Amino acid sequence: MDTVFYYSGFYLSLIMLLSLYRAIFGPTVLDRLIGVNAIGSKTTVLLVLVGLIYGRVDMFVDIALAYALLNFIAVLAASRYFQKKRGLFEEKPPV
Amino acid sequence: MGKDFQPTSRNAPSEENPSKTSRAKRFGATFILSFVILFVVWIIFSGRFDGFHITLGLISSAIVAAFSGDLMFTSHEPRGIFRLWIRLFAYIPWLIYQIFLANLHVMYLVFHPKMMELINPQIIEFDSELKSDYARTTFANSITLTPGTITVNVTVLGRFSVHCIDDKSGQALPGDMESKIVKVFPE
Amino acid sequence: MKIIVMILLFSGLAFFTGGSIGILRLPDFYSRLHPAGKLDTAGQLLTLSAIAVFVLQDFSLHNFLTATKIVLIVIIVYITSPTATHAIVDAGVRAGLKPWTKEDQS
Repeated sequence: MDTVFYYSGFYLSLIMLLSLYRAIFGPTVLDRLIGVNAIGSKTTVLLVLVGLIYGRVDMFVDIALAYALLNFIAVLAASRYFQKKRGLFEEKPPV
Repeated sequence: MGKDFQPTSRNAPSEENPSKTSRAKRFGATFILSFVILFVVWIIFSGRFDGFHITLGLISSAIVAAFSGDLMFTSHEPRGIFRLWIRLFAYIPWLIYQIFLANLHVMYLVFHPKMMELINPQIIEFDSELKSDYARTTFANSITLTPGTITVNVTVLGRFSVHCIDDKSGQALPGDMESKIVKVFPE
Repeated sequence: MKIIVMILLFSGLAFFTGGSIGILRLPDFYSRLHPAGKLDTAGQLLTLSAIAVFVLQDFSLHNFLTATKIVLIVIIVYITSPTATHAIVDAGVRAGLKPWTKEDQS
């Protein structure tokens, strides 16, 4: 069973790389925000999986809970901050 | 989601006739309810049952409940709230089933090779007959949780703007979900 | 019991895969929110419940508390995820981003 969890965690990190593409190359700022949100929701699961692999689920569950709350607050604060028009449209290529 | 709403006038009659005893009773009921909830959450999170931790939990949940108990249950009379929660818990399994069905539909769309021809993003608008803030918030959150539809805006008059990813997800609105929520929150 | 855990875990991972590929493939920001917000939430529900079932296999009070905490994570995610999605949509609407429609394609 441990190997299953090990490979699931590995697979989750690979999927996070896919979301990272959107977080890095997204055309607008909100696209990057979506990418960061997706990575955060996967990290919550990954933390509990890491806890299972280490045999300390009770400790890692608390960290995962705090991470879920932090992810929510980060997305909320960032989207409130970017409500102004500044920086929301297609970014200009660097000159 | 409720930031555009005007405050409802449900508490108006009790405001006009502020008898001290009813207000004290109301405060006591909300205090006890939020205290019990907070203490249960404390016990689950702490996981220790010795006297020191239990005392700490009692003190801190009492302080938090005294300060913010009236924030958690604003517009509902404390008497009907248990029945409301029971109806809400009966609604949740149906919602999860709907979420699962719609998830499979979005999965099919995403993995389809000709996805760009299948999707048809659009914003549809419809009027809802729900009146209270709680009912509208529950409805908007249910719409957002169901994949394929995202609530963009809700006006004060109850007009919903919903972003749909294709025609099939949009046709189901408001539909069953609204009638279920009307049953949960009777006016 | 092991089979239930495996089925839940792998279906959750499938939902996560769908979410990530949807974020990459869909044309604009509004439609990208559909897989990002929802498929990930469903994936979290399935994988976390798989882990909760696995933890509850040898039952004790300690394990029961851990499983309850995992259920609380799922509840918190299900309350906060629509709010976060709505915040992002609202930011986009207020900034004046136009939704992508089929007519824009040609």
